[in-house]
Amino acid sequence: MDRLPRWADVALVPLVSLALAAIVSALVILAIGQDPVEAITVMVQGSILDARGWGYTLYYTTSFIFTGLAVTVAFHASMFNIGGEGQAQLGGLGVALACLFIPWPHWSLALIGASLGAALFGAVWAAIPAYLQAKRGSHIVITTMMFNYIAFSLLSYLLVDVLRPPGKSDPTTAFFPEATKIPALSDVPGLNLIFTKAVPANITLFVALFMAWVVWALLWRTRLGYQIRAFGKSEPAARYAGINPTKIILLSMILSGGLAGLMSINNVMGEAERLLANSASGAGFIGIAVALMGRNHPVGVVLAAFLFGFLFQGGAELGLWTKIPIEMRIVVQGLVILFTGALDMMVRMMLIRLFALTRRTEAA
Amino acid sequence: MAASAENLGRQATAAPFAIELKGISKAFGPVQANKDINIAVPKGTIHGIIGENGAGKSTLMSILYGFYKADAGQIIVGGKPTSIPDSQSAIRAGIGMVFQHFKLVQNFTVLENIILGAEDGPMLNASLAKARKVLKSLADEYELDVDPDALIEDLSVGHQQRVEILKALYRQADILILDEPTGVLTPAEADHLFRILKGLRDQGKTIILITHKLREIMETTDNVSVMRRGTMVGTVKTAETSPVQLAELMVGRKVLLEVEKAEATPGKVVLKVEDLRVRDEHGVERLKGISFDIRAGEILGIAGVAGNGQTELLEVLGGMISAQGKVTLKEAPLPLSGAGSDGQSRREAGISHVPEDRHHHGLILDFSAWENVAFGYFNDPKYQKSALFMDNDALRADTAKKMQTFDVRPPIPTLAAKSFSGGNQQKIVVAREFEQDPDLLLVGQPTRGVDIGAIEFIHKQLIRLRDEGKAVLLVSVELDEILSLSDRIAVMFDGQITGFRDPKSTNERELGLLMAGITDTKGAA
Repeated sequence: MDRLPRWADVALVPLVSLALAAIVSALVILAIGQDPVEAITVMVQGSILDARGWGYTLYYTTSFIFTGLAVTVAFHASMFNIGGEGQAQLGGLGVALACLFIPWPHWSLALIGASLGAALFGAVWAAIPAYLQAKRGSHIVITTMMFNYIAFSLLSYLLVDVLRPPGKSDPTTAFFPEATKIPALSDVPGLNLIFTKAVPANITLFVALFMAWVVWALLWRTRLGYQIRAFGKSEPAARYAGINPTKIILLSMILSGGLAGLMSINNVMGEAERLLANSASGAGFIGIAVALMGRNHPVGVVLAAFLFGFLFQGGAELGLWTKIPIEMRIVVQGLVILFTGALDMMVRMMLIRLFALTRRTEAA
Repeated sequence: MAASAENLGRQATAAPFAIELKGISKAFGPVQANKDINIAVPKGTIHGIIGENGAGKSTLMSILYGFYKADAGQIIVGGKPTSIPDSQSAIRAGIGMVFQHFKLVQNFTVLENIILGAEDGPMLNASLAKARKVLKSLADEYELDVDPDALIEDLSVGHQQRVEILKALYRQADILILDEPTGVLTPAEADHLFRILKGLRDQGKTIILITHKLREIMETTDNVSVMRRGTMVGTVKTAETSPVQLAELMVGRKVLLEVEKAEATPGKVVLKVEDLRVRDEHGVERLKGISFDIRAGEILGIAGVAGNGQTELLEVLGGMISAQGKVTLKEAPLPLSGAGSDGQSRREAGISHVPEDRHHHGLILDFSAWENVAFGYFNDPKYQKSALFMDNDALRADTAKKMQTFDVRPPIPTLAAKSFSGGNQQKIVVAREFEQDPDLLLVGQPTRGVDIGAIEFIHKQLIRLRDEGKAVLLVSVELDEILSLSDRIAVMFDGQITGFRDPKSTNERELGLLMAGITDTKGAA
């Protein structure tokens, strides 16, 4: 089989896939009687053409980096963790407990404490399905999916019956103390020249980028990462090499759950400043698409997270300023996933043939 | 019979060659896999193609079967220039292929597999009935009997291969290409296969047999073409050549088919195995109380038909499965289950293990060569940069060195393991395991699917390790290999050792009886 040059493999294939997704999205918008040119204009203007748009786009991007990395780490151990949503909600609980019940003197300490809480709660929530997979053979896809529902119900119970402040009717926790408020990008010296008004994007973005580096170093530079990747490629070979399957399944899922949980410092601590029901609002699922599109590499995940951040914010703008319903963003996301994930081979084969053709004409 | 002979004669005048390749070239990037290949296969003959792994045999056959498109050259089938852009065209041109790794649907019956892709219409019953009839006549004609209603997963490897041949014949193939057909067969199954092939030839079919086993070439083929590094170095009549001449043509230099070794000087007992028992997950006893020992500087060869417990023996000693019994290594007990019985503990105890199946166990095919050199040894201090990070640069340098010592080609540490030929993959495994300075070396099928040049090299290295005072446990289904390398031979049958023999005073016949479970071999020796 002929192969594509590396640049085409990593850059051209996803770009072509995206272009196809965009074309089909445009056709769908046409079909509901709206103007695709107007739609794309509104999307771009509302998400990356001014500081406010960037503030939202980067906010979503931050969440998606965490959940995308979570799927990536587990995927390399050939564990398909689709429980990011539940793990992120549990992470939110960890953040809320840390912020509400520990008197932090400064936001930086609160950030460390809340991060630990978020990662711990997310990790525990992933560790249970991992244990069931390693010891009982219960399939991780089924159990992590079920744990999403359990997480949702657990959070509903806690928010309604336990954590809801007396006298309030909303199923949410109280607002966190002022000392736990982490700086938004508009509060960061230097960046506040760009973000002149308050934006939801906050310094968690830098934590996310740092974690992307950590995941890269873990997977490709450490013994544990080596064992995770080896186990993920071939379980019988891992047994030959003396890699302990239980250990790898547990550790990779704990890391994965921890990363998913960490997203809560972005939305719960950085933005809402209290824990709401359904706090992850779908980011856990989008993480699957982000990892898929990012080819399970941290760099790819960061880029894909940005793309989905753009789609998320742009889609919200569509709902706000046009007659196109906000649900259109789900359609667009679906098409992006379809073309970059499921139909990836189709685009690849097309390009391979194209490249072979040009090579032949050059040779002739 | 007379009619078919007449038919054959008529065709012979029209098209003396079943297939002709003229000037075929194919390059993969910088690698020239086939260079100006010319070959003509006369109709109604068995034509052998031999060459080392990586010589370009498989590429050539893939071109013939439409998997690859040649950069240059011409394919002439039955006298007509033919273009073969895909396998459907190959089938239409009357070419059938039996791959080394079968392409069968495991949970389909034989009949369903046969008609798969060759159904006559959307409803299957008519096709199935027709296939049943055709199958019956083929079975009678060529000794190709298989139960048409058996599921593939219930068939032995030999029978699965027959299904592949039947599939090709059902599609009316006149030219049958077999790629390393005996790699997975027992000697008896291989003999049966060759009888089938000769029967097919006598009926006018043309057979192309790709192999690197010289004995098969000498026993079955009419003509043989030799490939080396992408070129065709010659085509000779089998009757007019010898194994030694063919081996030299293949490798391009003189080859020692016999292993040269000095008398062994066994030292202290290194490994002592007593009453070793293994049950598989279905509760079937795979090892039924095995006892033996191996001394330093000695090779103990385990002979036996595949599946009689040799695999389990290697896997227990290598820390892959648990067992009951007593095993001591240099007088220290080896745990056989629970903590300390995993592959890491075994390596730390001084056991190296060349596994039987390099694709499933010995290598991670998607990993690069240097990552594979750390496989099993990722905890080795010399590969660590700090407490946290591995030293990938040191690992790559070490890999480059090992590749040079063991003549791995191409010597590129960053190349993925799957991109190497079988022989070079095995050399990567062997280099990794032999260079660990072990006390005990476990070696399973060291030369399976490996070419002659590499076999010679691996055998020399094994003898070198023995002479350095290592204890070696060698498991092989190749009797020649067991006989020429071992200092003592143990024969396994049905999870037990049926006898120990001295290679100098035994023969293949005696070992064959022991392998079949017949322990009274006095009359045979």
